[in-house]
Amino acid sequence: MNNVVNKIISEAKNIYDNIKQKKKPSLETPIRSLSNVKYNPEDGFFELNGKTKTRTLTASTVKTFAQMLKMMSLSKKLVKSDDIATKREAYYVSKNWGNARFKEQPESDTVMDDIEAMFEVNREQLGFTPEEKGGEIAGKLVVIDKNQDTGKDVRIDCTKFGSGSYSIPSNVEELKFETKAKFILAIETAGMFQRLVKHNYWKKANCILISMGGVPTRACRRFIRRLSDNMKLPVLVFTDGDPYGFLNIYRTLKVGSGNAAHINKYFCVPKAKFIGITPQDIIDYKLPSYPLKEVDIKRIKDGIKNDPFVKYHKKWQIALKQLMHMKVRAEQQALAKHGLNFVISDYLPNKIKKQDTWLD
Amino acid sequence: MTESTINLNSFNKQKEEKKIESKFKKNNVNAHDLAKKQRDISIAEFFEKNRHLLGFDNKRKALLTTVKEAVDNSLDACDEASILPELEIVLTEMSNDRFRISIEDNGPGIVKKQIPKIFAKLLYGSKFHTLKQNRGQQGIGISASVMYGQLTTGRYARITSKIGSTHPAHYYELAINTQKNKPEIKKDEERVWSKDHGTKIELDLEGSYLKGHQSVDEYLKQTAIINPHTTIIYVNPKGEQIIFPRASEELPNQTSEIKPHPYGIELGILMKMLSWTKEKNMKLFLQKEFSRVGSKTANEILEKAFIPSKNKPSRIQRDNAEKLIEAIRSTKIMNPPSNCISPISSSLLEKGLKKEVNAEFYTSVTRPPSVYRGNPFVIEAALAYGGLLSSEGSIKILRFANKVPLLYQQSACAITKSISKTSWRPYGLQQSSNNIPQGPCVILLHIASVWVPFTSEAKEAIAHYPEIIKEIKLALQELGRNLSRYVSKKRRVKDELKKRSYIEKYIPSVTEALKELLLFTDIEEKNIIEILEELLEKHRGEIENVEFDEKKNLEYDKEFNSIGKEDENE
Repeated sequence: MNNVVNKIISEAKNIYDNIKQKKKPSLETPIRSLSNVKYNPEDGFFELNGKTKTRTLTASTVKTFAQMLKMMSLSKKLVKSDDIATKREAYYVSKNWGNARFKEQPESDTVMDDIEAMFEVNREQLGFTPEEKGGEIAGKLVVIDKNQDTGKDVRIDCTKFGSGSYSIPSNVEELKFETKAKFILAIETAGMFQRLVKHNYWKKANCILISMGGVPTRACRRFIRRLSDNMKLPVLVFTDGDPYGFLNIYRTLKVGSGNAAHINKYFCVPKAKFIGITPQDIIDYKLPSYPLKEVDIKRIKDGIKNDPFVKYHKKWQIALKQLMHMKVRAEQQALAKHGLNFVISDYLPNKIKKQDTWLD
Repeated sequence: MTESTINLNSFNKQKEEKKIESKFKKNNVNAHDLAKKQRDISIAEFFEKNRHLLGFDNKRKALLTTVKEAVDNSLDACDEASILPELEIVLTEMSNDRFRISIEDNGPGIVKKQIPKIFAKLLYGSKFHTLKQNRGQQGIGISASVMYGQLTTGRYARITSKIGSTHPAHYYELAINTQKNKPEIKKDEERVWSKDHGTKIELDLEGSYLKGHQSVDEYLKQTAIINPHTTIIYVNPKGEQIIFPRASEELPNQTSEIKPHPYGIELGILMKMLSWTKEKNMKLFLQKEFSRVGSKTANEILEKAFIPSKNKPSRIQRDNAEKLIEAIRSTKIMNPPSNCISPISSSLLEKGLKKEVNAEFYTSVTRPPSVYRGNPFVIEAALAYGGLLSSEGSIKILRFANKVPLLYQQSACAITKSISKTSWRPYGLQQSSNNIPQGPCVILLHIASVWVPFTSEAKEAIAHYPEIIKEIKLALQELGRNLSRYVSKKRRVKDELKKRSYIEKYIPSVTEALKELLLFTDIEEKNIIEILEELLEKHRGEIENVEFDEKKNLEYDKEFNSIGKEDENE
């Protein structure tokens, strides 16, 4: 922890020294976008490409400069006093900064992300926590957490939530696991998760079910990563058959995002595999479908052209082109066409058996 | 110069319609019966029924038209005699809706025997047959006012005129015989008048006086703007005296009369010229009766038309006249001379505008002379922006033709059309497509020509000739470019000021954060602030002040601006 504080103070010292020498100080941050990441096939995630943005102190950057320094100071205080602040709380703290206060939370989030990228740490290390919920767990897993008062271990058995589920906490770094499951199944929608929990699919398939609820949060990604690494479990991903499911949900879980490339190392799940719904599934299972929306088509084109992950995986290029050609998309729930429990009785068992129908 | 030589289109049309109408009403009458009913219509009778054509549609407009016609005549006369004009105008409300108008000038006066015809015979005048920049054109105006007064009040026009200190002043009371379009002299006597020379007309008429943007007050104010060499002393019906003193002692350029230019001449006019000319042969006819035709050009035209240069003009028949027009069209002829036009000059226009509105930016432009249908014309324009001008609603347009303000029919006018067809957004004004732009802006536009093409005899709007619209647009674009330079400079300075305020605003936060991180002393904090301020402001240099200063415009006259505006408590 003190490591982070040292980094912050040495950056501040650097600025101070520049000013004393009557030089204009500057702050250097990596550019946070898909254009500045490369796919590292060996380790299996996006890493920074080295392009940086230098903010030299001038009349037009003085505001951001002030806000970054104030945010660094807040971080130092939080770490030193072993406290935390959510993104929203940090935004409210800024209201006490006089002229340097933020008008809207997205402004403070951006500054926070810049600092995170600048020091190449994740925001938890800076004392900031996300307030977003992490995802839901059900199945053959015991999570070992700590009692917040006594500090004693607490065993949480994820088979004992009935028709409900266990929520992933925002900080998963200290959790320990016990499991005899054979694989992890990460699911896009809460609706599909509910169905699988209701019919105890995890018992039948001997697995752990995780509901991501759209694009997985950092906590959720880190949880899956730690669980799969520690317990040496394969990770199967089940999403809608559309570009959002492929490129936003699956790709972010597997290799990380362009926006937070500096921390993808910890937050990616390179061993994840995509079991469906693939474009070929739409044909093979004769699934009811909708026409692709304009934003879908844009996302496919953008993915083929700019996404380093897609560029590396030929199979994904073919699948995306196939979907573009079919001009349709299909939801997970479309499987209900063949009966409500078709997904449990036929689809999942078949798909899990036939590895050649998966995508990387 | 008799009325028979004048072709008033609408008049003929009316006559035709009457014929047709009567034919259909009574089916069982023969041609002889019809012939009994068919007779000449006097132009005066025609006017009596169609007074709207001349600007007497309603009582308020009638009052304005009468003042306007008299002022036009006075100013034209003064300009021709090279006299700096001084006008005295008094409007008195006699009873409800009845006004007495008295207009007196210091012009050259009118020769005694001409007085009755000029004031009491329609279409009598010196200006219709000449191509020269004048305010008046047709010779209808003032006599129409006399007739209108006579029709609405039954009272005669009273004219006094004196042509020199050694001459007596002549006083007339005149009426118009509307059937014969002839003056009837009711009184004719010599009077003593202290003036050396000048003319005074006094009329009674039915009218209505309101302030506001189409009022006599507004009209006289705009007249003063566009005629800076004129002094006007005006008493309105409320008894308020307003003096518009002259802003320039300089007489406007004397304009000269020109012969018509061959381009744009029409067949009928050409044939009339052929039959009237005193020239003996065709070559001389072309050279002497038209401008810009020399010996070489005349030969070229005649060769193309297969007409021998020795032929007598009066012998040329219709088909040969048509060939002549064809030949003229295919021959390259120099543009007409522009010394026949007297623009006001862009600097005087700007000065006039400064007096009327207190804006932060003024610009003006005079275009080089151009030609439509053979008639030379010049466009001048001025623009005022920002300051005290309201940014709500459309921009204000001040239109002038041959130094006469145009107050009515704004939407029908070529000037308005050109303004809406010009794209103003790149120049910094808001505009929805093909509409008058919005914003704090006044545009003043003046067209000067030997013959201004109006859309009607009331001379309220300029006709849509493509050549005129093109020139107006070019003038507007030049104003626009000047405006956009100013607007973007203003924006730059504003940005710069904002940036500077940023420095002052955020440096304390930068320093405070550093202090929290590095834990240095308060003295060091002050020290750092000083270094930073110096560091950031060092390179920024001086900036120009573009803040609007109400007192900067010395020409602006607040009282002048309020003339013609509706009173607040009204």
